[in-house]
Amino acid sequence: MKKRLLIRGGRLIDPASGMDGIYNVYVREGRLEAIIETASDETDITSTAADLEIIEAAGLLVLPGLVDVHTHLREPGFEYKETVATGALAAAAGGFTTILTMANTLPVNDNQSVTRYIIRKAAEAGLVKILPIGAVSIGLSGQVLTEMVELKEAGCVAFSDDGISVANPAFMRQALEYAAPLGLPVITHAEDPELSCGGTMNEGTVSTVLGLKGIPVAAEDVVVARDIELAKLTGGRVHVAHVSTAGTVELIRNAKQEGVNITAEVTPHHLVFTDEALRSYDTNFKMSPPLRTADDVRAVREGLKNGTIDCVATDHAPHSTIEKDIEWSAAANGVVGLETAFSALYGLVSEGVLTLNEIVAFFTINPARAMSLAAGVLKVGSAADITLIDLDKNWTVEAETLRSRSKNSPFIGQTMKARVLKTIVDGVVIYNG
Amino acid sequence: MRLDRKDLLTIKDLSLDEIGLILDTAASFKEVSEKDIKKVPTLRGRTIINLFYEPSTRTRTSFEIAAKRMSSDAINISLAASSVKKGETLSDTARNLEAMRPDCIVVRHGSAGTPQMLARHLSCSVVNAGDGAHEHPTQALLDLFTVKEHKKHIKDLKIAIIGDITHSRVARSNIYAFTKLGARVTAAGPRTMLPPGLSSLGCEVTTDPREAIKNADVVMMLRIQSERQNNSAIPSAREYARVYGLDKEKLSLAAKDAIVMHPGPINRGVEITPEVADGTKSLILEQVTNGVAVRMAVFYLLLGPVREED
Repeated sequence: MKKRLLIRGGRLIDPASGMDGIYNVYVREGRLEAIIETASDETDITSTAADLEIIEAAGLLVLPGLVDVHTHLREPGFEYKETVATGALAAAAGGFTTILTMANTLPVNDNQSVTRYIIRKAAEAGLVKILPIGAVSIGLSGQVLTEMVELKEAGCVAFSDDGISVANPAFMRQALEYAAPLGLPVITHAEDPELSCGGTMNEGTVSTVLGLKGIPVAAEDVVVARDIELAKLTGGRVHVAHVSTAGTVELIRNAKQEGVNITAEVTPHHLVFTDEALRSYDTNFKMSPPLRTADDVRAVREGLKNGTIDCVATDHAPHSTIEKDIEWSAAANGVVGLETAFSALYGLVSEGVLTLNEIVAFFTINPARAMSLAAGVLKVGSAADITLIDLDKNWTVEAETLRSRSKNSPFIGQTMKARVLKTIVDGVVIYNG
Repeated sequence: MRLDRKDLLTIKDLSLDEIGLILDTAASFKEVSEKDIKKVPTLRGRTIINLFYEPSTRTRTSFEIAAKRMSSDAINISLAASSVKKGETLSDTARNLEAMRPDCIVVRHGSAGTPQMLARHLSCSVVNAGDGAHEHPTQALLDLFTVKEHKKHIKDLKIAIIGDITHSRVARSNIYAFTKLGARVTAAGPRTMLPPGLSSLGCEVTTDPREAIKNADVVMMLRIQSERQNNSAIPSAREYARVYGLDKEKLSLAAKDAIVMHPGPINRGVEITPEVADGTKSLILEQVTNGVAVRMAVFYLLLGPVREED
């Protein structure tokens, strides 16, 4: 392996610094050494040619490595769905260089030994940077706080019982109070379990037609409203996972105007699909929260554009056929998303909904800031985590070619634009598309 | 004559012509059940599997009798467990059934959409015998048939459907069926039993049963399923019976020659009083009789010989 890397002549977009132009990017020993406008780059590379690997990036997009603050890697416990290694490969194939992984494994990541196990598995995989999220409560039971100080020491960067909602408001209050001095956010999966009980899709006209029990938007909104009040009460940091309703967008917008310490994410699938997609009873459209109506999709798109929602996160949730190729009511919630996320958002750029620079921010600096991560920027001296994308290259999503161990993608069969060509972590090309 | 489709899954997707063909065919098969020898050889050598994931007596028996009166071989499979509990996917289930070379699989499942999912994997015909709260197409067809026998036409009739619409596949299929044929359908029940967007199915919606029954030509009552009442959709069977149950007084608001229907099994004294259920306007048992004829017609039109054009 050569010690230095030159990515030459690509269109570099780095929303953190506001850079957007044709640049040469020099990498040395895993760090960004220099970023120089291609037109004015007079660096003499002949003297170091033997040591220098050159990637010709003309016509390609050169981005800070993408950041995903919401994935499920299923290890330990559900390795038949996904392992840390297969999830890391899926992330690399999707252009992600830093991903956060949720705590709902078996055993739950509610103690430092599980955290250290995940970190060791990530190191063995040696691909992308994997940062564990610790559970809020022991066993996700919503009753006893995890040892958050120790979880942080072991490497957890946030806390969440994601997959289920923290049902007890008094317990949520304690979690926010206890986590606040640690400076780490509590990620809320907002779903009132009584209101959503038995529901398997959005409650509305489509659920009535399909004869499926619905989940009202209020199931999400009441918990978001509660957690906003609790953030005010405690001064804790709340991050709202997978916003799906217009009501939640409005609640967060108002909270941010009031100065509440709150951030939020939305998934690609909640940005592009509505509950109309369920009419064929394809369980690859069954997820939690459920796909909502066109009005909700409009609201989350606007919320993302105007900064109410900070970032896009995949909620990558691998499930095998035994959880998905079964009757609707018993099928598991969730879809894989790492490998299709950027392309799905670029589809919205093609439609004129968002700009390219906006979506780059939603995948880089914005999620990094929401979780206080040193990632998502191209800055001299920082880690050389870089993603190269060919915007004009079409590709078709096929179960056979997805890197994830699970194939439960709602995009199967779709032809998408924007193909990840190279993913670089600490100056090493870990993925070639 | 055959239906130009592999499966019968919903009323929603049936055309007017298809519904007309099924009803006309059922009329000719009804005679078979009235004869001493209740059998025609039409489907000899055909295999029909009744795959029931939900307990059912009358629907399963009706399909079985229909299959046998057509001389096909009918096999009943009753499964309490869902595929997931057996560690089997729906594709596995479909492939295993297909390996036995059936000509038709009749599916009832508690989860909406399962017949559709199975039909995608199966090359044989699939008939939906009720999926969750989605559809129960043969019930709606036999209800159409029964009303047509008595009223001669469906167009412009006023139909009241009263009860727990939210959980009723019979209601959904009947709303589609009767509105397609030009009837005016009003669905009524407590707000907690009326799902959102119900009017998008093509019916009027009211919480006042009297409004629905007023001048109705057909009053269709739905079963109140006591096992579903743990979600407190209604305060008590007593109040339900009083406000929504069909009694003589409410029935007197209907058209003079109104008929009363119920998909069964009835909860006497809850959604319908015994005197109305057993009264002269009640067609509840005729519905059961007609169910066999309609299901014979469905089997014939999906599996029977394709008639040569002359």
